Amino acid sequence: MSVVAMLFFIVVLLFALLAAAALLTWVERRLLAWWQDRYGPNRAGPFGILQAFADVIKILLKEDWIPPLADKPVFVIAPAIVAVTMLLGFAIVPLAPGLVIADLNVALLFFFAMTGLSVYSVTFAGWASNNNYSLLGSLRTAAQMISYEVFMLLSLVGVVILAGSFRLTDIVDAQRGMWFFVPQFVGLVVFFLAAIAETHRLPFDLPEAEHELVAGYHTEYSGMKFGLFFLGEYLGMMLSSAMIVTLFFGGWLGPPFLPPIVWFLLKTAFFVCLYLLLRAALPRPRYDQLMGYAWKFLLPVALLNIVVTGAIVVATRSPAEVGS
Amino acid sequence: MPEIESFTVNFGPQHPAAHGVLRLVLEMEGEVIHKADPHVGLLHRATEKLAETKPYNQSIGYMDRLDYVSMMCNEHGYVLAIEKLLGIKPPIRAQYIRVMFDEITRILNHLMWLGAHAMDIGAMTVFLYCFREREDLMDVYEAVSGTRMHATYYRPGGVYRDLPDKMPQYEPSPYRSAKELEELNEARSGSVLDFIEHFADRFPARIDEYETLLTDNRIWKQRTVNIGVVSPERAMQLGFSGPMLRGSGVVWDLRKHQPYEVYDQLDFDIPVGKNGDCYDRYLVRVEELRQSTRIIKQCVEWLKKNPGPVMIDDRKIAPPRRIEMKDDMESLIHHFKLFTEGYSVPEGEVYAAVEAPKGEFGVYLISDGANKPYRVKVRAPGFPHLAAMNEMVKGHMLADVVAVIGTQDIVFGEIDR
Repeated sequence: MSVVAMLFFIVVLLFALLAAAALLTWVERRLLAWWQDRYGPNRAGPFGILQAFADVIKILLKEDWIPPLADKPVFVIAPAIVAVTMLLGFAIVPLAPGLVIADLNVALLFFFAMTGLSVYSVTFAGWASNNNYSLLGSLRTAAQMISYEVFMLLSLVGVVILAGSFRLTDIVDAQRGMWFFVPQFVGLVVFFLAAIAETHRLPFDLPEAEHELVAGYHTEYSGMKFGLFFLGEYLGMMLSSAMIVTLFFGGWLGPPFLPPIVWFLLKTAFFVCLYLLLRAALPRPRYDQLMGYAWKFLLPVALLNIVVTGAIVVATRSPAEVGS
Repeated sequence: MPEIESFTVNFGPQHPAAHGVLRLVLEMEGEVIHKADPHVGLLHRATEKLAETKPYNQSIGYMDRLDYVSMMCNEHGYVLAIEKLLGIKPPIRAQYIRVMFDEITRILNHLMWLGAHAMDIGAMTVFLYCFREREDLMDVYEAVSGTRMHATYYRPGGVYRDLPDKMPQYEPSPYRSAKELEELNEARSGSVLDFIEHFADRFPARIDEYETLLTDNRIWKQRTVNIGVVSPERAMQLGFSGPMLRGSGVVWDLRKHQPYEVYDQLDFDIPVGKNGDCYDRYLVRVEELRQSTRIIKQCVEWLKKNPGPVMIDDRKIAPPRRIEMKDDMESLIHHFKLFTEGYSVPEGEVYAAVEAPKGEFGVYLISDGANKPYRVKVRAPGFPHLAAMNEMVKGHMLADVVAVIGTQDIVFGEIDR
């Protein structure tokens, strides 16, 4: 792609993502309402779709208030971090062959770097708010996100072994024969659980557990600063769905009657809906149970997955292939 | 080195899980609770004192506002105390209506509890499912009394009026198709009794729906099993009643052990727990939903067959019919006297209790022979439950406090009065 085309693509993607995140709030509420036998937002525009824009306008017009005892610079920068890192994370996602902003050879590591940085956002927010609930929320976050990041990384080692590359386009290409969710089913499960914890969506939304911590780390946030956390959460949800699709479900691959990008978007939308369904269906575990589950169950499983995958690859492939 | 103080959190009074205006001062170490200190009084409205300044009948409405999710049961306790003092008994049809509405109220309360409890633990769908059914029962309240919450339907000597022949119907709306509207109104085409019967028929399937989401859910079990355990001895010492007591395995239900109205002629079971933890109390209450449905069905059957008066025929206590007042001087005088002065109650004191959804709701009444009570004391079931908060949450984590508040089913209207 030429520089101009690339810039154009970046701008389009940026706006598409922001619009998608806004629309997703509407989709979430409509879907939840449907599952819960009620209407949901159905008044503004056709099917209530303008509700998403009404909410954006409302949140932009709100007073931008900072608590007097808060640590102001940190308080202001925290919501920006999550929005920026999540948006940057999309730079490596291949939407279709050639349609990727940065086809890095360490794309997977870049993804982890970005999600890792987003932990700072939540920790800073809780610390800077100077509020008991926020502090507890950010303590929980730090522990939860850092420990789940470990398994997230470990769960993907199997994929990297099979594909022999950290580059996402290579990983997708390696799935032409068989999508990786078949040989890497364990990895998929671990990755999916870790991704829920990482984006702190229900049932693993302990950092902001409404009924324990009011709103957790963003208790003191209002207006567009809160909006940025919200944006970050929805972007995170889309990003991890996109990653699941790319790593385990063949990315843009699919029967040729639809263009590759449509396949990619359809698959991603499916996983986003799965996220929403989980929210509708499950209660929230307790904090210590969540951590216990991570270290006592997910860690051994993820390690076992690596060992077994590695052993099979070494046993079945020629040394030259493995060495490459 | 300075002494390390424990982390103090002010849980409430404005907190999404505080169920109203509970203020808990929590002393914590990390997430573990060392001490929970409940503060009460933020919703004190002096109901007992107010009742001393008004004729008896005018305080019935205040009783609704005590435990505002089990309205008619509170009225029942108060009305029963007045009736005991007056030495009257309502007609048998009124007794059946009262029992039926007590059970409808129990379902209303338990649905609210189930929804809020599940929501506190993070399962949001149960909450909305519960409110779907609550809506129907609220409409029954509306049909008989004109209001959806604070009914003032029970009166000393019976109930305000007989069950109407019509149910309120859904109106057309641009957001509902004609077919949808027809489906919604289908059950409402008959009398109120038909509607209640229809409700009782479909409700058990709805309970199964709630249970599918929770009962065998591993996360739900992790969050409730062995949380807030109370031994049967301790439960009795603490003055527990209702599902809180039965959850600990004590078989005690006023409907069986001190039957009032027609409970002794109805067929129902009392569910009892085993371990006294949040999960057992959850199971007890869900089973109570089923038993209440059973009682309602029996009442509907009886009420359909036996028409009759729903108010005693004593004009010194019950107001005359409107039509009589048009040409009967005596009735007009009775009406005037009853609605200005009220009736005088013989001297004495009395305690009457009903098995409200939350436990034993009792009213202690002293009369000095005037038209107002000399003293009213309300025994609210939630108060002793809340008093046990510290004991129940000590050593648990912050998230368990929320589960315990949910399982106690506290409503501040009755605790602060």
